[in-house]
Amino acid sequence: MIAWMTWTLPTAIFFITIGCILFCMTVYEVRSPCVERKGFLPIATTRGDRLFIGLLVSAYIHLLFLGLSDMSLWIPLGISVVWVAIALRWG
Amino acid sequence: MIKTENNKAWFLVLPVFLLVAFSAVIPLMTVVNYSVQDILDPNTAFFVGAEWYREVLRDPRLHDSLLRQFIYSFSVLAIEIPLGIGVALMMPTKGRMASLCLILLAIPLLIPWNVVGTIWQIFGRADIGLMGWALNSLGVDYNYAANPGDAWATVLLMDVWHWTSLVALLCYSGLRAIPEAFYQAAEIDRASRWAVFRYIQLPRLKSVLVIAVLLRFMDSFMIYTEPFVLTGGGPGSSTTFLSQTLVTMAIGQFDIGPAAAFSLIYFLIVLLVSWLFFTTITHMDKSK
Repeated sequence: MIAWMTWTLPTAIFFITIGCILFCMTVYEVRSPCVERKGFLPIATTRGDRLFIGLLVSAYIHLLFLGLSDMSLWIPLGISVVWVAIALRWG
Repeated sequence: MIKTENNKAWFLVLPVFLLVAFSAVIPLMTVVNYSVQDILDPNTAFFVGAEWYREVLRDPRLHDSLLRQFIYSFSVLAIEIPLGIGVALMMPTKGRMASLCLILLAIPLLIPWNVVGTIWQIFGRADIGLMGWALNSLGVDYNYAANPGDAWATVLLMDVWHWTSLVALLCYSGLRAIPEAFYQAAEIDRASRWAVFRYIQLPRLKSVLVIAVLLRFMDSFMIYTEPFVLTGGGPGSSTTFLSQTLVTMAIGQFDIGPAAAFSLIYFLIVLLVSWLFFTTITHMDKSK
């Protein structure tokens, strides 16, 4: 049934990671509902907003590296992980 | 903390969740899978990593398409939003004329995209089209099939003709929702027509304008059928927008991998710009 989707190991890991993040955020939200707050981002955000901004900026960090350099993708991945953590904590 | 008493409501959301999964999430996953592989036939695919992304991001043809697309979308917004507000302000508020105006404004919205393209293709021709013939008779050297400037003007005019009604109808509904007391208060204060618009009507139109800007941006950013029917992307590639470049790549050349990578980049651009519009407009209220 899923053969036509031509799954690869990296894309499977990617989607499993996204799924795990969403699941953990849902559990966290149910256990401890968040309130909107203002951090270093220019707008007041909820936890979900900060995750969305974190992931969207991460996607653009990857595109920037791909478009402008031939460096390994591990570098933008590392930067993205740090960025998402900072955005979630202080954003 | 308020505790949730009944979680049965989640089951009611389940059909929508399944529908979205089948119609959006699974195709999106498939596109991500295609974007990292070189697909030769349904049974032969090779993993190429981020190669297609590199190729697409460095392709000057796509850079040109993207630039054209942004110019087109922002031109559409710059024309249709003020024009739509203006039309809504000038429309009669009650009586038969109001109904007639609403019907007339709704007509362009009911016409399918390919028919709109065909109408304007004929309308703009110098030999059999009224607009083309009239312009040439007036001494204007108009030919949308040969001159890129004319092609752009025609594609923009076609979009304005087709979609300004949507903005006008949304604004009209927003204007009708403003209570009469606001206008009475403005009259007591002897507010000018401009002051009424600036401090009463425009702020009360904000929510419908958010919807209008988002709808028109997303629609114009993925425009395909109308310019394809009207100009076929020409002359040269002057009216070839992103979706047409994508279709040529995916179906014309059958480059599934690069087309999938391009689709995802396209999706990310739409997502970012729409989110920026939405956030900027919705947070303007909160910051006041």
